[in-house]
Amino acid sequence: MVESDGASRVARRPRILVFSTNNISDPGIDLAGSQHLHYSPAVSTITVPCSSGIQPTWVAYALEHGFDGVFLAIDGDECAYLPDCNQRSSRVAARAQEMVKEKGIEAQRIRMSAICSVCSEAFVKHMEEFSAVLGELGPTGERVP
Amino acid sequence: MTTDHEPSDSTTVAGESGEPRRRIGVYVCHCGGNISDYVDVAAVRDAVAGDAEVVHVETTLFACSDATQNDMIEMIESQHLDGLVVASCSPKLHVPTFRAVSRRAGLNPFEYTQVNIREQCSWVHSDDRAGATAKAIGLVRAGIAKTAHSVPLEPITVETTPSALVVGAGVAGMRAATGLADLGLRVYLIERAATLGGWVDRWGPMYPNGADGHQLIERLREQVATRDAITVVTNAELVAKSGNFGNYDVDVRVMSDPPTTQRFRVGSIVVATGFDTYQPEVGEYGYGIDGVVTLAEFKELVDATPGPLRVGGRPVRTVTYIYCVGSRQPDGHQYCSRYCCAATVHASITVADHDADVAQYHLYRDIRTYGKLELLYQESRRRGSVYMKFPDDTPPAVRRDDAGHLVVRTTDTLTEGMAVDIPTDLVVLVTGMVPRENHDLTSLLKLPVGGDGFYNEIHPKLRPVETVVDGVLIAGTCQGPKNSFESVASGLAAVAQSGATLLKGVAELDPLVVNVDQDRCTWCGACQEVCPYGAIDRIVCDGREVATVNALSCKGCGGCAAFCANEAIELLGSTTAQIESMIDGMLEGSARDEELMV
Ligand SMILES: Cc1cc2nc3c(=O)[nH]c(=O)nc-3n(C[C@H](O)[C@H](O)[C@H](O)COP(=O)(O)OP(=O)(O)OC[C@H]3O[C@@H](n4cnc5c(N)ncnc54)[C@H](O)[C@@H]3O)c2cc1C
Repeated sequence: MVESDGASRVARRPRILVFSTNNISDPGIDLAGSQHLHYSPAVSTITVPCSSGIQPTWVAYALEHGFDGVFLAIDGDECAYLPDCNQRSSRVAARAQEMVKEKGIEAQRIRMSAICSVCSEAFVKHMEEFSAVLGELGPTGERVP
Repeated sequence: MTTDHEPSDSTTVAGESGEPRRRIGVYVCHCGGNISDYVDVAAVRDAVAGDAEVVHVETTLFACSDATQNDMIEMIESQHLDGLVVASCSPKLHVPTFRAVSRRAGLNPFEYTQVNIREQCSWVHSDDRAGATAKAIGLVRAGIAKTAHSVPLEPITVETTPSALVVGAGVAGMRAATGLADLGLRVYLIERAATLGGWVDRWGPMYPNGADGHQLIERLREQVATRDAITVVTNAELVAKSGNFGNYDVDVRVMSDPPTTQRFRVGSIVVATGFDTYQPEVGEYGYGIDGVVTLAEFKELVDATPGPLRVGGRPVRTVTYIYCVGSRQPDGHQYCSRYCCAATVHASITVADHDADVAQYHLYRDIRTYGKLELLYQESRRRGSVYMKFPDDTPPAVRRDDAGHLVVRTTDTLTEGMAVDIPTDLVVLVTGMVPRENHDLTSLLKLPVGGDGFYNEIHPKLRPVETVVDGVLIAGTCQGPKNSFESVASGLAAVAQSGATLLKGVAELDPLVVNVDQDRCTWCGACQEVCPYGAIDRIVCDGREVATVNALSCKGCGGCAAFCANEAIELLGSTTAQIESMIDGMLEGSARDEELMV
């Protein structure tokens, strides 16, 4: 973790880790690139096959090690693997929120939304809103030993 | 060694600070300028050049070019690389390319990782070179970390049976059956009804060119009957399926007296079970009132009447059509049913052919006679049909007035929202398609169902007829609303896709499935319970009950892992070690605070 003083805390762009999915949300995030839309370069993405397979422990790990927020770009109704993917992914997010709360990290640092394979603009909007919320909260690293 | 002549700069560091644990080669692509115009690729190279597991790193103008591919192969061989990272475009584009490169160089293809620094970096951060470069370093570090934790995997190879089962003998299933037979495959065509043909068998003249539906099906029946390779079973349903991809054993129950069951071995299954028509509620747009019919009922009436139409013994002078009934409803079926505008417009032309004096009013929200079908719309207008658009929030109302006459009141948006009463003899509710009730089949084959109730493909553009269940394909309207030629086209796509695997005689499955750490597993059954594919079994191992995964049935979603209390399940390719080391890599490489200032 890089230390930051009070002044830069206000100005630093929040680091966001996005979990996306091979077949649905990652193509949507790729599309933002093909359309040359812009979002903060402090956003990075890890892709997995299905959002129901994201481990709550990974989310907690990211927040404990220096990410300021984690966004789950879930499959939604379009998941080709599981008809109840939405509920399962919500369960992942809820469990991750419980896990981090116990460690004194705000639950708002974990967000979830379905991102479809053409949802580029929605994704960019989510990143803008989430960055703003995380900017208010300040860096996670400061609160965790 | 570091050289700095653009665009192919390379650094080879071998065993400087002790022997590296892994020997990974990294290629950072300029993509012409698509990446290097916005990301300092040389800085990315230099940043990771000293990493412990990186033996070789270079920038390249085009990673996908033949020349670079050959360089990679040479490098893998001469440096004995055991991992490859290519940082270029989206994995959707070149994963097969670089897996093949690895294979040719004798490197296991699953020891290669694609890092997306174009769609998810240079193109979205073209306004911020420092930020984009810092992020690219993080992404490449994550790719190196993932590769460092990768293990060699072999695709799962299975021998396949050269035969296919087609479920449902509508136009899509029948055409798929003849297509499969013509590829030299054995075909079992099963149909729930007593005869083949589905909905098209009921129709007379159809759009686009007026060909008679019943006659089309007659012709297809003949083509099915003359192919020895096709076995037709009617009054039949699929009742059991066992085995794995490439070799399914299917049980077909025939509703004869007494019922019998036949077993077939097939390599693929084409599901072509079709649709149902939307059935309006009584009272919905006056449905239930005498003289108010659905499009399907109307079509059958028109097809059965050679001359002028009559209802209740009286000639029909006026027909009023109400569009989008049961389709595009905010809280019901939200989708467009696609076939209905054209079918209605076509039927209205047939009506005018039989009786030029009938007045026809089309009350619509939007008309979608896409592509060449637009010509039908124009022709119907030429033939006197009147089109009136009503607002979304004020649908037409149908009633019988005191004198017993059928009247439709509509709001015409094109005359400033004036309310218009249309006395009419017949009201046609232009009803759409709904998914056919097929609960048993859906759960038997584990078919994925979308939010609208139709079956889901893997990818709407690139893999439109495959499902996540290997070897189970979907064709025709069971996948969503289609007209007959679109249904046939998807039937033939399923033929091509079946042929592509079954004619080779062997199929390869992706080995990225879940893995159970049996030392950690204490068998609670949670994983088995949440797996809809039946991929998890209980076995006894050294006297303990533990879970085991059938790699042929596992789809690799990883959904079960989230339910394992002991963290005993991992998805290969996305293991906890890989993901956590990727997170570390991203943070280590990511921008320092000052580079992230707004
Ligand atoms: C009123 C109306 C007018 C139309 N007009 C036109 C037109 O003019 N031009 C045009 O191109 N298209 C038209 N269409 C669309 C056309 O009818 C469809 O595109 C076509 O029928 C789709 O064929 P299919 O094989 O997908 O499905 P279907 O025709 O529904 O056939 C599916 C078959 O599967 C069988 N089946 C279902 N479940 C099972 C099971 N579990 N086991 C075994 N068998 C099963 C069914 O019995 C059926 O025989 C019209 C549709 C309607 C409703």
